Amino acid sequence: MKYTQGKYLILDKKSIAREIYSFTISCPEVAEIATAGQFVHIRTGNFILRRPVSICGIDRQKGTLRIVFEVRGAGTEEISRLNQGDVIDMLAPLGHGFTINPDFKKVILIGGGIGTPPMLSLAGIYGEKATVITGFRSADAVILQNDFRKTGAEVILCTDDGTTGIHGFVTQPFSEIVNSADAVYACGPMPMLKNIAGICNENNVFCEISLEERMACGIGACLGCACRTLRNDEEYFAHVCKDGPVFNAKEVIF
Amino acid sequence: MADLSVNICGIDFKNPVIPASGVFGYGREYEEFFPLEKLGGIATKGTTLNRRTGNLSPRIAETPSGMLNSVGLQNPGIDHFINKELPYLLEKNTVILANIAGSTPEECVQVAEKLENTDVHMIELNISCPNVKQGGAAFGTSCEMASEVVSKVRKATTKPLVVKLSPNVTSITNIAKAVEDSGADAVSLINTLLGMRIDINTRRPVLRNNVGGMSGRAVFPIAVRMVWQVANAVKIPVIGMGGIASGKDAIEIMMAGASAVQVGAVLFTDPYAPVRIAEEINDFLDSKNISSVRDIIGTVKPW
Ligand SMILES: Cc1cc2nc3c(=O)[nH]c(=O)nc-3n(C[C@H](O)[C@H](O)[C@H](O)COP(=O)(O)OP(=O)(O)OC[C@H]3O[C@@H](n4cnc5c(N)ncnc54)[C@H](O)[C@@H]3O)c2cc1C
Ligand SMILES: Cc1cc2nc3c(=O)[nH]c(=O)nc-3n(C[C@H](O)[C@H](O)[C@H](O)COP(=O)(O)O)c2cc1C
Ligand code: FES
Repeated sequence: MKYTQGKYLILDKKSIAREIYSFTISCPEVAEIATAGQFVHIRTGNFILRRPVSICGIDRQKGTLRIVFEVRGAGTEEISRLNQGDVIDMLAPLGHGFTINPDFKKVILIGGGIGTPPMLSLAGIYGEKATVITGFRSADAVILQNDFRKTGAEVILCTDDGTTGIHGFVTQPFSEIVNSADAVYACGPMPMLKNIAGICNENNVFCEISLEERMACGIGACLGCACRTLRNDEEYFAHVCKDGPVFNAKEVIF
Repeated sequence: MADLSVNICGIDFKNPVIPASGVFGYGREYEEFFPLEKLGGIATKGTTLNRRTGNLSPRIAETPSGMLNSVGLQNPGIDHFINKELPYLLEKNTVILANIAGSTPEECVQVAEKLENTDVHMIELNISCPNVKQGGAAFGTSCEMASEVVSKVRKATTKPLVVKLSPNVTSITNIAKAVEDSGADAVSLINTLLGMRIDINTRRPVLRNNVGGMSGRAVFPIAVRMVWQVANAVKIPVIGMGGIASGKDAIEIMMAGASAVQVGAVLFTDPYAPVRIAEEINDFLDSKNISSVRDIIGTVKPW
């Protein structure tokens, strides 16, 4: 089995910031095979299209997944009204996750805003080898800092308005330590990813980024979620749901 | 258990439910959910002579009870289809409809010629794809152009030829009659309706292509009407599609005159939809003591 569709029990729901929710979902068959960087595709209400949300945590022993999402529109609003004890209809696990290499001695994980959640499952794997740099609009949008600390990772926080942590963008502390890293992983807004990819390229550091695109099938059949990539020096429309969402930054045409 | 089998142009389908072209790729992705042999048939992704890269993203937008797409016929080209995808599909014990398209009648002819020496069961000629700038839109919107491309492809193939019609026309019956007269063995309809959404915050169209093809539940009544009109206007079989989401929808469009149905956007909500819909058709027939699905085709009693 590569992926499956089912209705799964929500074991726990928390509101972790304004309009941001965390669900822990019991789905042993998915947790068994899911990897960091993959996503779930959630059916909700009467919407024809499912909503893609990254996997934030995987607990194989307990058979659970964690997702963290922000209310952005009618679909995520509907999902946010589900409660502990309700079931959630998911197609999962989907996509191609991050490359994990036990030989890496130091990795940098970068999350921008609601792009932060997928970094947590990576931090769980790399632990003390990881430095996590996350950036948010403002103090009231900050999420997951304690979860990151619990993994043993070094944690650096930035806010655009300086209400907490470093005043500025994640690229500032990142460019100071990029040379110490064997690998960089990032998820967040496109301009941030573009800058990070550029810095990694200049410093010749391995870099993987997680992209977003509007999706229909979520499994590579409809060709709806194209993104421009380079393969063997030729431009190629890859598909975020199947070839990604994680891509080597060198392949992506911004 | 009712008899769900239907026959179109001499080809037997074990049930009347066929995933529509473009939503099902070449089948591999959905095999994770069910064996492909459960399907009546498979309409494969629209394939052109050469590889096409398609349109820029976003290619998908949501609409009330529906969606827009502007994939732009991204496909690996007919040689790849014949060598890499078709042999695998032909092992699956289901009817394969090779959906083909081209920018010129000559391209359509070349694609059909390449399929002539394969064991594909049927050809579905897309004369209607509304979202490729130099694509099929032109053929499907005038009787003259539709006749030209269909008669040329007709000469190039001995396979049963299904012509897939565009709903973006003033009179779909005139087009249907024109393609029947030009040698089509069946028609399938409807392809997507041209639509548009705009993000009012950025004033940008949601689709990078500005406009795209609309499908999904919202288009169902239009599909039923067009299938009914076309079934009354031509003698060749009609394959109905557009917004079908349940066995009851399938029954309804078959009563309007369709001999089989294709299902598209519903797969995005429920990947098991084609199998579920076949089961629901059976449940309906059993509940009414109807022994064969063939007994409901075209049985609407109009006022
Ligand atoms: C691989 C992937 C992982 C994601 N992970 C997370 C996550 O962990 N947490 C989180 O909060 N959000 C995540 N997102 C973004 C999330 O999918 C969108 O915020 C959500 O689909 C918005 O739906 P809506 O109905 O609330 O908004 P609407 O704007 O009403 O949605 C309309 C349509 O556009 C689509 N859409 C809108 N914004 C996006 C977007 N940014 N990306 C893709 N499709 C979009 C919707 O799915 C829907 O089909 C992820 C997106 C992708 C592609
Ligand atoms: C993402 C997508 C891609 C499509 N690609 C094709 C195609 O390549 N060729 C074609 O003839 N029709 C294509 N269609 C149209 C469908 O086959 C079908 O006619 C239409 O979607 C109506 O059915 P539905 O409402 O059940 O989706 C596509 C539809 C969608 C949603
Ligand atoms: S969403 Fe269908 S191919 Fe990616």
